[in-house]
Amino acid sequence: MKAIDRVLAAREKDRPKITDYMDNVFTDFFEQKGDMLGKEDASIYGGIALFQGRPVTVIGHRKGNDVNENITCNFGMPGPEGYRKALRLMKQAEKFNRPIISFVDTPGAYPGLEAEAYGISQAISGNLAAMSSLKVPVITIVTGEGSSGGALGLAVANRVYMLENAVYSVLSPEGFASILWSDSSRRDEAAEAMKLTAQDLFDFGVIDGIIPERGLYIRVSNVIASALKELDEMSGEELAQERFEKFRSFDEGFLQTGTSARMENV
Amino acid sequence: MNVVDERKEKFNRYKELRENPEEVLSPAIKPVAEYTIFDRVKDITDVGTFKEFHFDYPETNPLDFEGYVEKKEELRAECGCHDGIIAGKCKIGGYPVVLAVMNKKFMMASMGIELGETVCKSAEYAMEHKLPLIIFTASGGARMQEGILSLMQMAKTSAVIEKFKNNGGLYITVLTHPTTGGVSASFATLGDITLAEPGALIGFAGPRVIEQTIGQTLPEGFQRAEFLEEHGFVDQVVKREDMKQTLTRILMLHQEVLV
Repeated sequence: MKAIDRVLAAREKDRPKITDYMDNVFTDFFEQKGDMLGKEDASIYGGIALFQGRPVTVIGHRKGNDVNENITCNFGMPGPEGYRKALRLMKQAEKFNRPIISFVDTPGAYPGLEAEAYGISQAISGNLAAMSSLKVPVITIVTGEGSSGGALGLAVANRVYMLENAVYSVLSPEGFASILWSDSSRRDEAAEAMKLTAQDLFDFGVIDGIIPERGLYIRVSNVIASALKELDEMSGEELAQERFEKFRSFDEGFLQTGTSARMENV
Repeated sequence: MNVVDERKEKFNRYKELRENPEEVLSPAIKPVAEYTIFDRVKDITDVGTFKEFHFDYPETNPLDFEGYVEKKEELRAECGCHDGIIAGKCKIGGYPVVLAVMNKKFMMASMGIELGETVCKSAEYAMEHKLPLIIFTASGGARMQEGILSLMQMAKTSAVIEKFKNNGGLYITVLTHPTTGGVSASFATLGDITLAEPGALIGFAGPRVIEQTIGQTLPEGFQRAEFLEEHGFVDQVVKREDMKQTLTRILMLHQEVLV
């Protein structure tokens, strides 16, 4: 399967959505809306649910299942209020010592006028910073498109998994081709060059595992259950420290570590 | 040219620059295009105090992207820095600080592994030595040539900055033209104090992308420093000629917590 085929599979309309995971992996879902700062963003879906009888906070991008829902959910492209809502839910999870499970599926944060005016940059950076120090287990599964900072804003987790046909990248292949080659029609080539498949990311050491899609919900449940089992052994401080180390050092293979810094007059 | 003409010319240039927000005045009345990071360091720091960090990074090209290494080598000779940022220890108004300045002449100071690592190492040095950290940001966003590893720098830098701040560190960012994309949505917008230069373009999505998305032209001044100030995302917009004085005052006001 070529990289572009994975991209198209990840974007497939009928691909399982956050609402499907909610129905099939969790029970007793209680939705929480709003950022409590004056806005609600339907492109982020979240709340409290039971996972195998245990309360967890579940958050994910929502694209919607039909045209009307697509529009309400802005095709899964959140504005700042979406990330602020997610942060509110995560902070609450920390307070009540609930693990956080996030599902990533977005073409990116919304590049619109209002999003910029109300601080999409600040909302995303705020999530990245706050998530890095959360004292509860955080597990992320990239289920479809994991595109750009809009994906990462829900994905600073102790364990990050991808479905076998999910993609995770700095930008869409179209955007990449347009920026680097000024030619968005070279999308297929870009998809290949970007190394955005689950296998690529696993090889880079950016994700912890790949979830095959046959028997999807059972596999997803199993992955969450076994990750939780490991993470339950750790204290809050240890969870935060482990997550910090993960994101601090994922790229150390590309850097010489331990070299002493020199200083020079300029 | 006589003195009067010279003055007139300078004034016209000044007016021109004021009207074009992309070019901001320096004390030496240098337009942005000519104002180098070394001018910046000279303007901001106490004479002779800047000691640059050198980290001996290996060459990185995680996607084996064609022409990427050659491009960097070429730019290193041209820009006098190893990637899109320089960092070091210095004094500002007598106060010791760690200072990092991003160099947009180097691939728009887009953030790849090396740039992200320099931000982290600077913050860690500041944390270890209990110094404030000041970063002058300017960036086109993520370093596309490094793919997902570039995106992950957003999480890496944000995590390290968060740790530095949670340890009591003072973090000041100065957003200069342009600060966009992955840099704007990570360490650039996490300052305890956030300053911006007049007219600087600051935003997550580039103006062209937004125009394409919404199908209309953007209002004047959109995503500029003053627009962010109006929307409550910067403490102050500070002119280049007032920058050193402002930074010194902020450091002075924090001297109790810095000792």
